[in-house]
Amino acid sequence: MTKHHVTATVNGDEVEFLCETQETLLDVLRDQLGLTGTKEGCSTGDCGACSVTVDGRLVCSCLMLGIEANGKSIGTIEGMASGEELHPLQRKFLEHAALQCGVCTPGFLVAAKALLDRQPNPSETEVRYWLAGNLCRCTGYDKIVRAVLDAATEMRGA
Amino acid sequence: MQEKVNDAPGSDYTYVGTRPIRPDGVDKVTGRAKFGADLAMAGQLVGKVLRSPHPHARIRSIDTSAAEKLAGVKAVITGKDFMDQPSEFIPAGEMMINYRDVVRNVMAREKALYEGHAIAAVAATSAAVAKQALKLIKVDYEVLPHVIDVVEAMKPGAPLLHEDMYTAGVEPAPKTPSNVAKRIEFVLGDVAAGFKQADVIVEREFTTKPVHQGYIEPHACIASVSEDGTADIWVTTQGHWIVRAHCARLLGWDVNKIRATSSEIGGGFGGKTVVYLEPLALALAKKARRPVKMVMTREEVFRASGPTSGAHVRVKIGAKKDGRIVAAEAELKYQAGAFAGSPVQPGAMCAYAPYDLENVKVVGYDVVTNRPKVAAYRAPGGPISEFAVESVIDELAGRIGMDPIELRLKNAAKEGTKAAYGPKFGPIGMIDTLKAAKSHAHWRTPLGKNQGRGVASGFWFNIGGETSVSLSLNEDGTLSLTAGTPDIGGLRASLCMMAAEELKVPLDKIRVQIGDTGQLGYNFLTGGSRATFSSGMATVEAAREVMKEACKRAAKLWELPEDAVEYKDGAVRPAGPNAGKHNPMTLKEIAGIAGKTGGPIAGYSRINAHGAAPSLATHVCDVEVDPETGKVSVVRYTAIQDAGRAIHPSYVEGQYQGGVAQGIGWALNEEYIYGADGKMQNAGFLDYRVPVASDLPMIDTVIVEVPNPRHPYGVRGVGETPIVPPMAAVANAVANATGIRFTDLPMSPPKVLKALDEARAKGTAKI
Repeated sequence: MTKHHVTATVNGDEVEFLCETQETLLDVLRDQLGLTGTKEGCSTGDCGACSVTVDGRLVCSCLMLGIEANGKSIGTIEGMASGEELHPLQRKFLEHAALQCGVCTPGFLVAAKALLDRQPNPSETEVRYWLAGNLCRCTGYDKIVRAVLDAATEMRGA
Repeated sequence: MQEKVNDAPGSDYTYVGTRPIRPDGVDKVTGRAKFGADLAMAGQLVGKVLRSPHPHARIRSIDTSAAEKLAGVKAVITGKDFMDQPSEFIPAGEMMINYRDVVRNVMAREKALYEGHAIAAVAATSAAVAKQALKLIKVDYEVLPHVIDVVEAMKPGAPLLHEDMYTAGVEPAPKTPSNVAKRIEFVLGDVAAGFKQADVIVEREFTTKPVHQGYIEPHACIASVSEDGTADIWVTTQGHWIVRAHCARLLGWDVNKIRATSSEIGGGFGGKTVVYLEPLALALAKKARRPVKMVMTREEVFRASGPTSGAHVRVKIGAKKDGRIVAAEAELKYQAGAFAGSPVQPGAMCAYAPYDLENVKVVGYDVVTNRPKVAAYRAPGGPISEFAVESVIDELAGRIGMDPIELRLKNAAKEGTKAAYGPKFGPIGMIDTLKAAKSHAHWRTPLGKNQGRGVASGFWFNIGGETSVSLSLNEDGTLSLTAGTPDIGGLRASLCMMAAEELKVPLDKIRVQIGDTGQLGYNFLTGGSRATFSSGMATVEAAREVMKEACKRAAKLWELPEDAVEYKDGAVRPAGPNAGKHNPMTLKEIAGIAGKTGGPIAGYSRINAHGAAPSLATHVCDVEVDPETGKVSVVRYTAIQDAGRAIHPSYVEGQYQGGVAQGIGWALNEEYIYGADGKMQNAGFLDYRVPVASDLPMIDTVIVEVPNPRHPYGVRGVGETPIVPPMAAVANAVANATGIRFTDLPMSPPKVLKALDEARAKGTAKI
C-alpha cells in the first residue's frame, strides 16, 4: 500500500509524515508524531478527548484523516503553554481543581481556548453548550465551567 | 468557594484542609501525563480481540490456522492458552472473585455467554493486519437461547447459562440447576410483628437498568515478556498489584516474574478493578517474543467490560403516624451478568443502613444473565437498593404528612446504632447532613413553575486494607514518597499534604509517586474509597518513622539519650532539661549526617488499615419537568456529605459533584438497551448518553466533618457515597413536580411523557 506524504504545521513547527489513507489525524498525532497529549476516548466524535484546532477551527481529530491535514496548521494541547508560562486556562484548571483523572482535560482545554478565541466574555450557558461535545465523567463539570469563566475574566482584564 | 460547616478540632493545621495545586497537575494540563495507551515500546505489536457475535452459544471449535499464516501475524491465542481454574470464591475488596469464572471471562472456553465475550486474540505488526487476522479465525458456534432480563432469568425453564449452577443459600439444597447463583438474607427483629404496629405501609416495586462506569479512557495496556520469563506490564488500572496477582494466577507464573506499573488512570469508578486485556497481552507477548499493546475501542468497553447490575427491587416500609418506622423489608434481584457475583450483598447490607430500625428483613438474589459480567461501580449495589428505599421513605412522608427531612431525622442512625447488617456504628454524620440540608438556603427557596424538590440520603461503608508506603529522606533533605494505590482524583496531593503536616516541611519538598509492584510490598487497589484513608494512614506512619529516626541520629551526634530529643516544627531539638543545649537540626542537616550516623533514613509502612468508617450524605435536588416533551432537567442541586475530614476540600467537593453527575445520568438517561436478539443496541457515547455540561447546573456542596477517630487526620472515604442519593433525590423531585411516582429508571422523556399523559387523562397530574 502506498503511503501519502503530508506536510503540515503542528504547534508552529513544520512536520512531515507518511500515512495510510485510513489513518486519522489522531492516529498520526499519537503514533507518528508522539503527541500523546491528544486522547482517544471513543473514535466516533462523541467524547471530545481528541479535540485539536485545524487552522483555528475546533475539530475532533478522530474524525479527520491524516492526509486532510496537508498544508494545514494544527494546534494540540502540547502547544498551549508558551515556554514556561502556562496558558491562563491551564492555570485556572489547576487553581479550580477542574480535573480529577485528567484524561479529558487536554480536550477541554483545547475546546475552551477555541471558545475564548471567539467569545472572550461567555455566559455560563454559552460555556456549557460550547463544551457539551467534551465528556467528563469525574467532575460533574462544575469546576470546569468555573475555571473557564474565571480564565475569561482574567484574560479580558489582561 | 463552597461553605464548610462544623468547626472540627484541628482547623489550625498548616496544610490539611487547604487547597494547594496538585503535584500531578501541570503534567495533566500540558499533555505530558502518560495514560494507558500513551506508552510505546520498541518493536511493539498490536493486539486485537475476536468477540462473540452471539449472546449465548456453545463453541464447537475454533480454527486459527488461516490467521496464523497471515503475513505480519506474530501470535494467536484462544482459551486453550490458559489453564483451567478451580471454582473458589475469594474476597476482592467490595466484590468476590472466582478464578474459574475470571479465566472464562477473559477468554471463553466451552461457551460464549454474552455478545462481546472474548473468543480469541491476535498480535500483529499493525492494527490493519490484526483486524484482517480476526476475520480469518473460524469459530463454529452452536447458537443457544439467551436470557437478558433478571426476572425472566429466574423463572424455571429459562435458558441456563451454567448447567452446574445450583442456588446457594437455600434449604434444602436445590436439585435442579438455575440462573440464581445465590440467595442471601439479613434479618433484624421481627418484621411481621412490626408491620402489625404500623399506621401506614407503603410497598413499591422498582426496576433499574445496567449502567456503565463510563470512564473516558478505555482499557489499555502494553506487555513485554523477556526470554528469561520476566515480564513487564504498563496498564491503566485501579490496582496494579491486583493485575499482577490475576495475571500470575491465570498464566501460572510466579508473582515476582511480573512487574506491573500503573499508568495515569483516566477514570475507573470500580470498572478498572478487574482484568480483561492484561492476561491476553502477556500471553501474546510471550508467544510473539515482542511487546504487545492492546487498547479497547469504546464499543468493546460497552460490550465487554463490566457495567453495574440492572435490578428488580421490592421495598415495603411501615411507620407510625409520628413517623417512626416500625418495619422495613426489601427483596433485591440483581443481575450479575454472565458469571455469579453481582453486588447484591453490599446492596442488601446498606439498604437500610442510614436508619436506626428494630425490624428489618432484606432478601437478595444474585442472578446470571447473558450480559457482560458486572464490575464494581462506585458504591457497588448501594445506589440500587437505596434508590428504592429512599423513594418509599419519601412517599411515606407524604402519606403521613410529614417533612421528609423530619421523617429521616426521626429514624436516623447515629453513634451506637446497631445496623441491620451487624455492626454498631461509631460517630457518623447522618443527623449532621440532615440538619445541614434543613438549614441550607436551598431547602427554603421557592420553586418555579413545573418544578419540584426532592431529598434523599445515602450510605456507603468504605474500606481499609493492605497498604504499603515508603518515604525516603534524600541526601539534600528533600523527601520522596512512594505509594501503591493508583491516584485517580488527587491522591498524591492528599498524601503529600498529610506528610507535610506531620513533618512540617513545605509541600514542594516532598515528591509523591505511585510506585510499581517491584518497589513496595503488597497494595490492595484504589477502591472502596480507601486510598486517601489507607495510604494516608501509612504515609503518616512512615513520616513518623522518619521523624523518629531523625531524632535518633541527632541523639547520637549530641550524645544524648534518644528520648531526650524531639521533632518539633520541622526540626530535631533537644527536649526537656536539655532544651537549648544544641542548635536545632533541620531535615537537611540530618540528611547531611545520615551516612556517618547509620546510613540512609527512610520510613516504610506496611499495614492492614483498620477503622475505615462509613460516610453518609443527604442531597437536595430541584427539577423542572417539561409538560410537552417529558424532559426532566435538574435545575439546582446540593450535595451534603460527611467527609470525616477533608484533606484537600476541592477534591472532596469534586468527588461529591462527580458522583452526583453520574447519579443524575443513571436517573435520567443512561441504560443498556438490548434487542430481542440479545445484542446491545447503544454501545457508543452517542446513544448511551452520559450527562454533558449543558445537561447540568452548578452542583453545590457542603462538607460536613465528623472526624473518624480511627484515622490520624479523621479521614473517611468520600468517593462512593455521592452516587447513592441522586436517583431517589431526582425521582422524589419529579414526584413533587408531577404528582407521579416513577419506579423505573431511567426517567427518560418518552417514559415521563407517557406517564404524564396517563395522569392527565385521570386528572391526577400536577402539571
